[in-house]
Amino acid sequence: MATFQLDINNTKHKVEVTEGTSLLWVLREHLGLTGTKYSCGIGQCGACMVHIDNQPVRACLLQVDNYAGGQKIKTIEGLSNNGDHPVQKAWIEAQAPQCGYCQSGQIMQAVALLESNPNPTREEIKTHMNGILCRCGTYLRIIKAIELASKTPTSIKN
Amino acid sequence: MVKTKTEISRRKFLKSSSGVALFIGISGILPQMISCKDPKKIKEQLAQQPLTAWVKLSEDGLITIYNPAAEMGQGSMTSLPLIFAEEMDADWSMVKVEFSPQESEIYGSPGWAPGSKLMFTVGSRTTNSYYNVMRKAGAQARYVLISSAAKHWEVPIEELTTSNSHVLHGKTNQKISYGALVPFLEMPETLPDLSEAQLKNPKDFQLVGKDIPRTEIPAKVDGSAMFAIDIRLPGMVYGVLERGNLHGSRPSLTNEAEILAMEGVLKIIPLDYAIGVVAKTLEQALNAKQSLKIDWSESKASGHNSQEVYTTYKKIASQKEKGKVIIEIGDVAKAKRTAAKTYMVDYKNDYVYHAQMEPLNAVVKVAEDGGSAEVWVGSQQGTDTKLGVPKILGIAPENVNVHLQYLGGGFGRRSMNDFVEECAYLAKEMAPLPVKLIWSREDDVTYGAFRPLSLQRLTASTDYNGNITSFSHAVVGDGGNLVASAVANDHYDIPNQFAEWREASNGIRLKHWRAVGHGPNKFAIECMLDEIARDQNLDPLDLRRKLMAKAPRALATLEKAAEISRWNTPSIEGRAKGMAFVEHGSLGTGVCEISIDRSTGNIKVHHFWIALDAGVVVQPDNVKAQMEGGIIMGMSSVLKEQITIVNGRVQQSNYHDYNLLRMQDIPDSVETVILESAEIPEGVGETATPMVACAIANAFLRLTGKPLRHLPFSPERVLQALNS
Repeated sequence: MATFQLDINNTKHKVEVTEGTSLLWVLREHLGLTGTKYSCGIGQCGACMVHIDNQPVRACLLQVDNYAGGQKIKTIEGLSNNGDHPVQKAWIEAQAPQCGYCQSGQIMQAVALLESNPNPTREEIKTHMNGILCRCGTYLRIIKAIELASKTPTSIKN
Repeated sequence: MVKTKTEISRRKFLKSSSGVALFIGISGILPQMISCKDPKKIKEQLAQQPLTAWVKLSEDGLITIYNPAAEMGQGSMTSLPLIFAEEMDADWSMVKVEFSPQESEIYGSPGWAPGSKLMFTVGSRTTNSYYNVMRKAGAQARYVLISSAAKHWEVPIEELTTSNSHVLHGKTNQKISYGALVPFLEMPETLPDLSEAQLKNPKDFQLVGKDIPRTEIPAKVDGSAMFAIDIRLPGMVYGVLERGNLHGSRPSLTNEAEILAMEGVLKIIPLDYAIGVVAKTLEQALNAKQSLKIDWSESKASGHNSQEVYTTYKKIASQKEKGKVIIEIGDVAKAKRTAAKTYMVDYKNDYVYHAQMEPLNAVVKVAEDGGSAEVWVGSQQGTDTKLGVPKILGIAPENVNVHLQYLGGGFGRRSMNDFVEECAYLAKEMAPLPVKLIWSREDDVTYGAFRPLSLQRLTASTDYNGNITSFSHAVVGDGGNLVASAVANDHYDIPNQFAEWREASNGIRLKHWRAVGHGPNKFAIECMLDEIARDQNLDPLDLRRKLMAKAPRALATLEKAAEISRWNTPSIEGRAKGMAFVEHGSLGTGVCEISIDRSTGNIKVHHFWIALDAGVVVQPDNVKAQMEGGIIMGMSSVLKEQITIVNGRVQQSNYHDYNLLRMQDIPDSVETVILESAEIPEGVGETATPMVACAIANAFLRLTGKPLRHLPFSPERVLQALNS
């Protein structure tokens, strides 16, 4: 067991876990940030997508030990205060989710895209989003939501 | 302890100083209404019939409506309350939706069999089953409101109307909101058993049929939607099971002492088919699971090889002896004897896996005295709404409280209780500590319960005019209805029909998978029609037109699909269209347009068009979402997905070797036209998925002249077909 201090959603969290524990289990089971989801555990589905220092990464593949050095971790819970990030609003407008389980990962990946490329083409969207699986088949509405968000005049950065 | 929504609502409800619960049951319970100002009376009522409320109304106008169905993305959290609100004339902006308690005596619907009461979110039957239930209950709630207003104003009830959470009296120009009416609410002496004629005319619907955003979507974009896997309770411990990849095998653990000595491990709990480990944290439990050394016995599945078994299935199909007869209309044998031509084709499908994104899991807390339990679960419910837990714990069903959570995908997998029962076993051993059981993705795949592999032998005959005179269908496979459902052709005018199931059992765990038998069987039927059409030089549209001559609703979907897909306009070079008709409650015709990369064998689906008759459509945009999702899940299964078995062992374990369709492979569009209808709503969740295999194969046949007869259409199989 070791104690780690993590900077998540601009809040410092202390957690005592076994060394090598995945960041995903730390977020979900130790800190209760359950918006980030477990689905495959091997980096294939992207349900656990979070941002670390503004880069989208899969929390299931990361060991907590390496992210306790002041890196800024952002989860879906930290994306906005009231679920009103332009991407979240676009997601609601497009009525994108079905079961909803993959959608935190989809949204975190989409936000990362729009932060680096505010007006992506449909092909760019598909390429960027290809790593995030959705079993309900909501891909068409995810594209619609990203296109809606990219047309939002306000900055994507919240 | 974390309070679930239900408990919180109950508690608030009891404490509320202004709310009123309308105990308007559908269970024949005498309707009761008690002001929430009298908590004692409420308690008495709750003790008698603790959970009969469909709706809670408070003075501030807030209306809470309870949803009796599981929400797995299909929209029940909106559609059922919307139907209730429609008849109640509720202001939808003031409606809040919560899951109802899992008590089928109160919240079950008779939609499965008259007189029965089930809470069972399967078979795309939720809206269909609850449509009349929710309409009537909503109308009764409205009746309570207007009868109370009539007394309050001392005017005849017949002169009152309602609109948007208000009761109006035109003559005296009076108007009162439902919230303001709360202090004056009185239960009428008798509550009329409203007939269909006393309900709204669908033409007058204000909410049903409009594009109302789904109520639970905001919680699904900010991470706050609670799935069972998200539940955390004080003192909670973690359970995992090693089940192996040979179904039916029995484990012997050979390093128990070593495992028990591992950090955090609390207990080893052996089951017949698995070794369970409970530890303080999830990572400790998973770590211990990885270290288990287990000897596995052979099982019934030993020796089963999924890609070789078709030889056996073919032999079974060729045996003279018939299987279980499912359909027998006319005289197929006679029709064949007098036929101008006969056809025989075999179609095959490999196993597929549900791959719901939320792996199976549950949380169970058994009381210290063992006499009661709480269960948190994402379940499609079942004939037993307590999901098998009472039996395992040896307690009465009323002592098990099931807190339904959102489902991270169901697709039929979550109407099997194995994962809930497992968690109950562990929780029983660990009482009073709550146990969270999580299946890893590897567990979920290797110990999956798959859509069965099957072989379908179709034979047909035609007369000298090219009319199909007989059609027969032999399904060879395991699992009864899992393979043999959906062989009926009720909408095709074929005078002689025969269908049978020939059993072949291989010891593999099987389960309903979205659309169940429709997937493989519609594939076979609809492809057979196109193969006949091709041989007879008929356009597949014309052939189906003729067959649907006596089924006007089905025919209307065919004509509309042909129209919106521009069936008669030739596709651009290298592309072709294919069509398929599916009935699964609702009726739909689908058309797709494809092209093929002849060097790789990849099929590209460019567009899908669907014309759908689903009766009254409660949420049109949501129905379109179901069509889009159904098509994309169908494409995934048809183009990518395959479970293979070697010597009984499941060969796949996660998404790296069980591929799902990704965004780069989706069509440019899925266009749905909903045909207008005032008929009772029919299910839409499983109508699109079975269209995909046959529409693609039929397009492939038109494009290349070659049939695709084995699911999935992997690049290797496509190349093989092209080179045949």
